[in-house]
Amino acid sequence: MFKSLSDIIKRIKKTGLPFWEIILEDDSYERQVPKEESWAKMKSLYHEMKLADASYDKNLRSASNLAGGDGAKVSEALEKGEILSGPFMGEVIAKALKMAESNACMKRIVAAPTGGSCGVIPAVLITCEEKLRFSEDKMIEAMFVAAGIGQVIAERAFISGAEGGCQAEIGSASSMAAGAISYLKGGDGNKIIHAAALALKSMLGSTCDPVAGLVEIPCIKRNVMGAVNAVACADMACAGIISRIPPDEVIDAMRETGLALPDSLRETGKGGLAQTKTGKEIKNSIWS
Amino acid sequence: MNIYDIIGPVMVGPSSSHTAGAVRIGLLSRKLMDENIIKADIFLHGSFYATGKGHGTDLALVAGLLGMKEDDDRIPSSFHIAEELELQYSFSGIILRDVHPNSALLKLTGISGKYMEIIGSSLGGGRIMINQIDGLNVNFSGNYPTLIVHNIDEPGHIADVTAMLSHKSINIAQMQLYRDGRGGNAVMVIECDQEVPYESVKWLEKVEGVVKVSYLSLLD
Repeated sequence: MFKSLSDIIKRIKKTGLPFWEIILEDDSYERQVPKEESWAKMKSLYHEMKLADASYDKNLRSASNLAGGDGAKVSEALEKGEILSGPFMGEVIAKALKMAESNACMKRIVAAPTGGSCGVIPAVLITCEEKLRFSEDKMIEAMFVAAGIGQVIAERAFISGAEGGCQAEIGSASSMAAGAISYLKGGDGNKIIHAAALALKSMLGSTCDPVAGLVEIPCIKRNVMGAVNAVACADMACAGIISRIPPDEVIDAMRETGLALPDSLRETGKGGLAQTKTGKEIKNSIWS
Repeated sequence: MNIYDIIGPVMVGPSSSHTAGAVRIGLLSRKLMDENIIKADIFLHGSFYATGKGHGTDLALVAGLLGMKEDDDRIPSSFHIAEELELQYSFSGIILRDVHPNSALLKLTGISGKYMEIIGSSLGGGRIMINQIDGLNVNFSGNYPTLIVHNIDEPGHIADVTAMLSHKSINIAQMQLYRDGRGGNAVMVIECDQEVPYESVKWLEKVEGVVKVSYLSLLD
């Protein structure tokens, strides 16, 4: 089990194996299962993500009646050519919304790393597969890259909003996704971890203040921010930009920042958006 | 955490703690009952009570009691399925002492008349803990095959149980002992590395001084 991203880079240098295979080997060793079994499990999770993406239903609404249908609006605008950021990013935005809305509507999703942040990684990976025509094996390899980054983040910091705020959920998902895209773009180990660092850095300090305590406002649209941020950071890293603060130190900063967040901004519903006039009105209307 | 705690589980949304964890509490309770449940009075504590409805915590608990896992597409319609399968359920709020904010007390009656009271907590990420069975404290995660023996607090019962496990070549991963007072009700919670055979569980039930045996198998 890796305690730092730099340990993964050291292992790459020592063995000559790619990032994804180092993570696969480590999982096989830690859980004492054959590599084929770990590979098959990751493949089934990727299939579940694609199934969840394909099963989006724009007519569904969440228990609060506030979430649902927004992903379809972006798809519509995309078809009309009205999305300024272009067909690739437009699809990423639509897919992130759709997955997070499906989650709010009690559909089956893959927690990555959590239910609240389940839209980020599939939005970028499935769009990459559709638009850039990668082989399925390559996509599974990218999933291992994402999982390896997430494991280090969970080890050094946290991945739940209650512990570390939104930066720990959407921030971690964005960091994992950025590393995975860098890999798909042909980035080496260093480009992968610097993309991950750039993405996490950009989300430091984000709070967990969901309205009425539900995984809806602002969680659903934050999935879009995490996904778009991941693409931008992978592009930066692959262009040769590095994080001036080393990746492991960025993760440590996320932990420190999370611990410094007041209780009211860590999934308690006692601060931020949850305590706005409208936020409170929504809460009262749902729970009355 | 292994990489599949990071990517995964496959679950019905929206929340790993309020939905997936709640299904698991229900499912573990169903397994501990070891028979179909016909009546479930469910008491929600803390955040489960405050925000459970919007997270489908109620649907999730009933789904688990019906034997569903956290990725079952039928979770949103569990109330309807409960009606078909003649499981009566009710929900109320409760304030429990010294428990995690995401907790529930389940009072369950089985088809044979068997009755159990279980308190379970959802710790986040779908991980859970069973905290209390029939008023006695226990603490186990459901990640191991778990044997729970209620007995009269008198010498020899731990030896009875551990001798049986030793005889069956079952290794003990964790063991906890609780009692409500000297010579009163006692409980041992034994988390094992291997499954305990069905006939051994049945044999334990007949041992003098043993009041009740529950067994959580990881097999489907």
